[in-house]
Amino acid sequence: MSGTAQDLLAARSLTKRFGGLVALEGLDLEARRNEVLGLIGPNGSGKTTFFNVVTGIYAADGGEVTFGRDTITNLSAQAVYHAGIARTFQRSRLMLELSIFDNIMVGNHRRLNQGLWFNLARRGAFRQEFEDSFEQARKLVKVFDPPLADRMFEPIGGFPMIDRRRIEICRALISHPQLLLLDEPSAGMTHEETTQLMDDILEVRNTFEDLTIIIIEHEMGVIERITNRCVVLNFGRKICEGTYQEVAADPLVQEAYLGIE
Amino acid sequence: MNRGNASLANLLPGALGIAAATAFLILFLSVESQAGIAALLLGGAAVVVATARFGGIARMRRSFAGDEGAMNLVVVAAALVLTGFFYEDHFTLLLVATVMIYMVAALGLTVQFGYAGVLNFAGAAFFGIGCYTAAVLTKNTALPHVLVLLAGGVMAALIGTLLLLPVLRTRGHYSAVVTIAFTLLFKTFLEVNDTLGGPQGLRVDGMNLFGWRFNDNIEIGETLEISFFANYVIGSLILLAIAFAFVRRLERSWTGLNLDAVRLDETAAACFGYNISRWKITAFTIGNFLAGLAGAIYAMMLGFIAPTNFTFGDSLILVSIVLLGGIGNPWGIAVATTIVIVLPEKLQIIQEYRFLLYASMVILILLFRPLGLLPRPLRSYVPGWQPK
Repeated sequence: MSGTAQDLLAARSLTKRFGGLVALEGLDLEARRNEVLGLIGPNGSGKTTFFNVVTGIYAADGGEVTFGRDTITNLSAQAVYHAGIARTFQRSRLMLELSIFDNIMVGNHRRLNQGLWFNLARRGAFRQEFEDSFEQARKLVKVFDPPLADRMFEPIGGFPMIDRRRIEICRALISHPQLLLLDEPSAGMTHEETTQLMDDILEVRNTFEDLTIIIIEHEMGVIERITNRCVVLNFGRKICEGTYQEVAADPLVQEAYLGIE
Repeated sequence: MNRGNASLANLLPGALGIAAATAFLILFLSVESQAGIAALLLGGAAVVVATARFGGIARMRRSFAGDEGAMNLVVVAAALVLTGFFYEDHFTLLLVATVMIYMVAALGLTVQFGYAGVLNFAGAAFFGIGCYTAAVLTKNTALPHVLVLLAGGVMAALIGTLLLLPVLRTRGHYSAVVTIAFTLLFKTFLEVNDTLGGPQGLRVDGMNLFGWRFNDNIEIGETLEISFFANYVIGSLILLAIAFAFVRRLERSWTGLNLDAVRLDETAAACFGYNISRWKITAFTIGNFLAGLAGAIYAMMLGFIAPTNFTFGDSLILVSIVLLGGIGNPWGIAVATTIVIVLPEKLQIIQEYRFLLYASMVILILLFRPLGLLPRPLRSYVPGWQPK
């Protein structure tokens, strides 16, 4: 299956090694425009490595990644973000001592005026940009949880995990990326919280017109509910793809997960 | 009208606190007997602890948050009252000006370490570059002294760029090692360099701003003669006010947020497009500029500088001020600088043990109050702004 016009992100024989360990081995994977793609597989199958290679945290040892019409293989993390890819982290990497608003604004970096002169001397214009950004951030947070939107200037470290996950997703979405990479958003949350967060994600999808999501998840209920398609990895290779029902019925997948001989 | 009264009432705790602190400082600076000073210290500490216990400090904080402009004016007025009180006392005024100058340098370190997380153990070296720049320029050129001050800052920032590569390539504590090496090199360089006076040091001309000669006593009428150090107090106060306002604005902008983000999580910041080097360079350069600026006026005030003023120990003093005060809080810097500079001057018993004192203060603070005496509040981009 080769890349077509409707593919937003495509990886071609992507390879990543850590010393002798092959984390990704000739991986072919595409995400179609506006779909929610589930990325599943046992621990250590290369899912997070794939995110890290795409977002420029690790350099690939082979293969290429295209995003829209551009090749983004081995671009820096900065350049990948500017191209329109934003992500969350498995161990939520929020800045705990900063406020909710500050954390979201970290994600808004490319849309804020970063000139030193603007920031220091043009306080009137700065105030305008600040107020506009605040309104946008508040609107976005409201989609997730209206009460949170009234606590924008409290340190995020004082909030429970589900709120941190919500804010992390807001941080990734505030700059209107075309592609959102969610790395196990349910980690560290209860079953009810996970359900709530998935509702939020589905709702967010409806408010964004052009948004493709790739989600890494272990909770199969989540995958079943929110993905259009799934790709299953094992030992850095794609072993199966299709709808959730298709992959769940696949004997290879069952073997990878349950270890049936 | 009601609102006006309410805001005045809100200002009261802050104003009272500043007045009490000023009165205490005046008393502390006037007392000579060591026993009296010790008693004042204990009493003062007890009062501060008691006030904090009954929510007084929190109320003062609210005053500052409520109307910053007014509170800033109160503080400036308090500084002027203090200066007026000691108008003919050379020693005390020199001490007051020194405290203010150190505050400017410590503000520089706050931008570097408190915001961007770049640990700089070469604060005294950059301060020294400002001093030597002022010495060389006042001796050899007729450059107006405003420009000499600026040149001190610019020179420190420029020489700081030499350290950029190693500081950017290393992370966390390794960059601290680079700056330690620089401090040691700097002092040795001065000692062997004859054009810069070698170990004997250099004389520096007094400041002269547009005909305002800082080294002349101020005579008012026949009888009243004010120590010339009052000029330096005023000059340093102006410099301090500018530096303070500058650092505040920096913190309350996207730039301030960027520096925090780079300090807290480089990887996450990079994933949101941050050019990590750019923000570290910005912070490092601004910090060194402020240290150099402070050095330039310090040299002109002292009239004489030597390599022994810029040792590794002096750099440590600057770092301990930042840690003690409350990392990233300019008001914390003000309190901590006053304690660190004034205490050993007045309490002569501890003069010899001052490094022991600083070290134990820093350890105690890190153990029991890791955020410092006055922890940094959350960023408010526009003071007084409330969401609609």
